[in-house]
Amino acid sequence: MEQVFFFYFAFVIAAASVLVVAVRNPIYSAVALLIMFFHVAGLYVTLHAEFLAAVQIIVYAGAILVLYLFVVMLLNLRQDDHYHRQWPMAAAVGLTLIIEAIILTAMKGWTTPVVVTGTETTVEGTGNTEAIGDVLYSTYLFPFEVASLILLVAMIGAIILAKKDPLEVNGEG
Amino acid sequence: MTVPLSYYLVLSGIVFLTGVVGVLLRRNIIIILLSVELMLNATNINFVAFSQYFHDVAGQVFVFFALTVAAAEVAVGLAIIIALYRAKSTINIDEFQLLKW
Repeated sequence: MEQVFFFYFAFVIAAASVLVVAVRNPIYSAVALLIMFFHVAGLYVTLHAEFLAAVQIIVYAGAILVLYLFVVMLLNLRQDDHYHRQWPMAAAVGLTLIIEAIILTAMKGWTTPVVVTGTETTVEGTGNTEAIGDVLYSTYLFPFEVASLILLVAMIGAIILAKKDPLEVNGEG
Repeated sequence: MTVPLSYYLVLSGIVFLTGVVGVLLRRNIIIILLSVELMLNATNINFVAFSQYFHDVAGQVFVFFALTVAAAEVAVGLAIIIALYRAKSTINIDEFQLLKW
């Protein structure tokens, strides 16, 4: 049963990500990415990461993708987008990576399911959100604060970059 | 019937590869940013799969941070795209070769 769900999610994720790259119209690309985000969230649920599934939908599908669609529609693009001249190089890099992945997989073989190590930090019985919150606000408190700083810097940077004629404003001020 | 870890690795490998090819292949800057999102999601799938495999919640915390960085990247990236569009009224990557030797 778990495998059925996994193969469904995996197939849709792979197909949608190929569509993101292959489709000409940026809006269709963004919609394909939306489908992919929802299925990644589904995959997280099957992996017992319910909190991340919710965050994935709220942040990626709710905030990031809306921002993309907003910019795509703001810029009003023409439909003359062809593939890049360097597509032979892209094909070469892609093929090399595929071959490497196949060789590595063939060499190592398939892993055996679940080995339980002695260094567990999750307490069974408590919820996923509670476990994440426990670790996030104790062990990872400093990275958490740094993340908030990154968001602040990104917000200020985005506002300054998108403002009209930043050079002119600087020259006058 | 549990799913082996290798399946998740293969899936995230496929998605990551698609992202790499998209970055190299497309000329629309917005699509290039979308491909970067694909790659970030591929790594996130890996993190969550390993987190489940080792019964360690640290992997999920790391995905949380990757999500923060992705949000910041999108905000700054789209602001740069708008600034570029204002300067040249195109977002075709071939038009921006000022730093090319």
